[in-house]
Amino acid sequence: MRRLLVIALLTLLVVPTAIAVEPDEILSDSVLEARARALSKELRCMVCQNQSIDDSQAPLARDLRVLVRERLQMGESDQQVVDFLVTRYGEFVLLRPRFSWHTALLWFGPLAILIIGASGVLVLARRYRAKVGRSAANHEGLTAAEAARVSEILRAGEH
Amino acid sequence: MIAESGHYALVLALALALVQMTVPFVGARKNDPVLMAVAGPTAVAQLCFVALAFGALMICYVRSDFSVLNVFENSHSAKPLVYKLSGVWGNHEGSMLLWVFILTVFGALVALFGANLPARLKASVLAVQSSIAAAFLLFILITSNPFLRISEAPFEGRDLNPILQDPGLAIHPPLLYVGYVGLSISFSFAIAALIEGRIDAAWARWVRPWTLLAWIFLTLGIAMGSYWAYYTLGWGGWWFWDPVENASFMPWLAATALLHSALVMEKRDALKVWTTLLAILAFSLSLIGTFLVRSGVLTSVHAFATDPMRGVFILMILAVFIGGSFALFALRAPLLKQGGLFAPVSREGALVLNNLFLVSACATVFIGTLYPLALEALTGEKISVGAPFFNATFVPLFIPLLIAVPFGPLLGWKRGDLLGVAQRLVGAAGVGLITVAVVFAMEGGGPILVPFAIGLALYVMAGALTEVVERTGLLKVPLATAFARAKGLPRSAWGATFAHFGLGIALLGIIGETQWSLERIAELRPGQSISIRRYDFQFDGLTTRQGPNYRDLTAHFTVRRHGEIVGAMEPARRSFPSRGTAITETALMTRGVSQLYLSLGEPNPDGSLAVRLYYKPLVLLIWFGAVGMAIGGVLSLSDRRLRVGAPKPARTKTALLPAE
Repeated sequence: MRRLLVIALLTLLVVPTAIAVEPDEILSDSVLEARARALSKELRCMVCQNQSIDDSQAPLARDLRVLVRERLQMGESDQQVVDFLVTRYGEFVLLRPRFSWHTALLWFGPLAILIIGASGVLVLARRYRAKVGRSAANHEGLTAAEAARVSEILRAGEH
Repeated sequence: MIAESGHYALVLALALALVQMTVPFVGARKNDPVLMAVAGPTAVAQLCFVALAFGALMICYVRSDFSVLNVFENSHSAKPLVYKLSGVWGNHEGSMLLWVFILTVFGALVALFGANLPARLKASVLAVQSSIAAAFLLFILITSNPFLRISEAPFEGRDLNPILQDPGLAIHPPLLYVGYVGLSISFSFAIAALIEGRIDAAWARWVRPWTLLAWIFLTLGIAMGSYWAYYTLGWGGWWFWDPVENASFMPWLAATALLHSALVMEKRDALKVWTTLLAILAFSLSLIGTFLVRSGVLTSVHAFATDPMRGVFILMILAVFIGGSFALFALRAPLLKQGGLFAPVSREGALVLNNLFLVSACATVFIGTLYPLALEALTGEKISVGAPFFNATFVPLFIPLLIAVPFGPLLGWKRGDLLGVAQRLVGAAGVGLITVAVVFAMEGGGPILVPFAIGLALYVMAGALTEVVERTGLLKVPLATAFARAKGLPRSAWGATFAHFGLGIALLGIIGETQWSLERIAELRPGQSISIRRYDFQFDGLTTRQGPNYRDLTAHFTVRRHGEIVGAMEPARRSFPSRGTAITETALMTRGVSQLYLSLGEPNPDGSLAVRLYYKPLVLLIWFGAVGMAIGGVLSLSDRRLRVGAPKPARTKTALLPAE
């Protein structure tokens, strides 16, 4: 049994464990660790389908998590760490693409659609108001006072 | 023999589909009742043959007939029966067959229950519906035939992907597919209306229940999928903005918008063109979702190029149906006469606002999901669009919508009184504001967004109840009177209340889980403990257990709260020798609406074990909320006017506007 344990301990370093952030990766400095976790959620595990390195169990994700922590321990800022990873792996590593000319449509698309839709609705609303205005103008026989009286009666009838 | 029968049944179903898409259509154009009458029986016969094929595949799976390639690749003789059955749709070919099966079920339902439809409309609807079936049957027969044989039958199958060997597989895909495919009915109705060139309130009364039905299943399917991912993937995430998830979320957003705009059309004969467009859009998104998931384009644009047959075929189906229907829309929509007018501030106006935000939200998901594919195809540049992007863009779009939700049902049709409604919502707003203050005080500072979001959720819930409270006179009249009045309220009013209340509940769960989740990651040896939020977990040791086609390595934990035992949790590593893979079986303990969540890494040789422990506050509310929304849908579906097909006489209310 004891010999088994020794063998087991010897192999400890090479046995991969399948769990996302592993206990031995966690930094003792909790502030740095929190920064590392926040960064990890923004970085893609490049061999996985749409997983951040924080979620992924792939060995590459583990390497990247360790790398991020090493850079943070070297005193780099979050931005420096991200820049380093982007120069190494390209923008593919970012889960939140940077704003640039080729992502302009991505970032402004939703807003543009909302604005286009809203202006469409506004145009229709204005057209409606014009139509109502015209039909109101058609009631030529009514003076302003009469019109007010009519709407008063109608409002009373509604309640 | 059984596989061949299934194959042959599919060919016959295709032949029937081709008949059904042409003969009744010609009949409708020529106004020939005999030709039009072909549609009904053909639709039923088509269902019978597809059901026969589906049943044949099921038998092949149950019998573990490994001479059938599809069974060999996805099954194993030792697999429990429930996974043999659900394994039928746990692969590409089988899931497409399920897709077509549900499609023909819906076609047959229209044929059987569409007696009160105008004959021409019915014939056209069934013809359009059948054209979809024909395309997909052809797709299955040419590129994805599940009945292909292997010349020398292997002795044992390769087994189903272990992650899929879960009760979730038995429930989630069928629910989702009923939702996806159910939207084909409103699509067929929209296309038929465009071909006919006329559309009226009766049309909307027909379309709404079908959309509602699809929406209910879509809601439940997405919620079920989310819960499945939550407990199976081992780190407690429940929504990842994964393209596959987005593929189901986009039709849901569009269908939600469609439900609301069809309401306007039914009641007020307005928004016809828009409703038609939404019906086309919703099903187009279903098709795109199917394409995204099935063509392999998601993993990489290159995967698509290496096995182009399927992808190109689905792309052609997309081009024909989406392109064709939009072209038809552009051509014919001007013929549809616009109906009733309404003031900007009115129930209709509120529903337009709802549609504006839902469609924008849907577009956001669409752009985010397809942008990387488009960019890579056009420039070769690879970017990732993940959860951080969607959280940054989708959430701000949804907040104004949530603020507006309680206003809608309280505003009058045609012309509403915004100030009056605001006054009636003072109570709900008060509930929200008090919540903000209380949560802010409890949190002792921290980001203001959290109290605000919790307050918003409670405001939505209180706002949903406002209408019912007012109309029943609850708090003012004796309870019995209020109860009697509550029974008298139309079911659709209850439906809206439940759905909106469910939305608030889901929101509460989402915020609780994302903001207040706690996590512990540790390496434990037997006898050691770990604690999280007043709960102590003692690791008692590991045992192994042999399952039918897997082997479990189970960790035993005793859970104590303030020193008292509250239960045991037994997460496991489950390894499947047939595939040489292992999965994590998480252990969950429900405490109220919160959960404790425990999952394992691989045990270290020294006997220690990497453990992930979570406390997930309010997490169950996410799915309770979704169920609440679905109940709302069922209530609305059971409303008298949808069952009987005749609207109640409108309440006598003097109109302010001159009749058009």
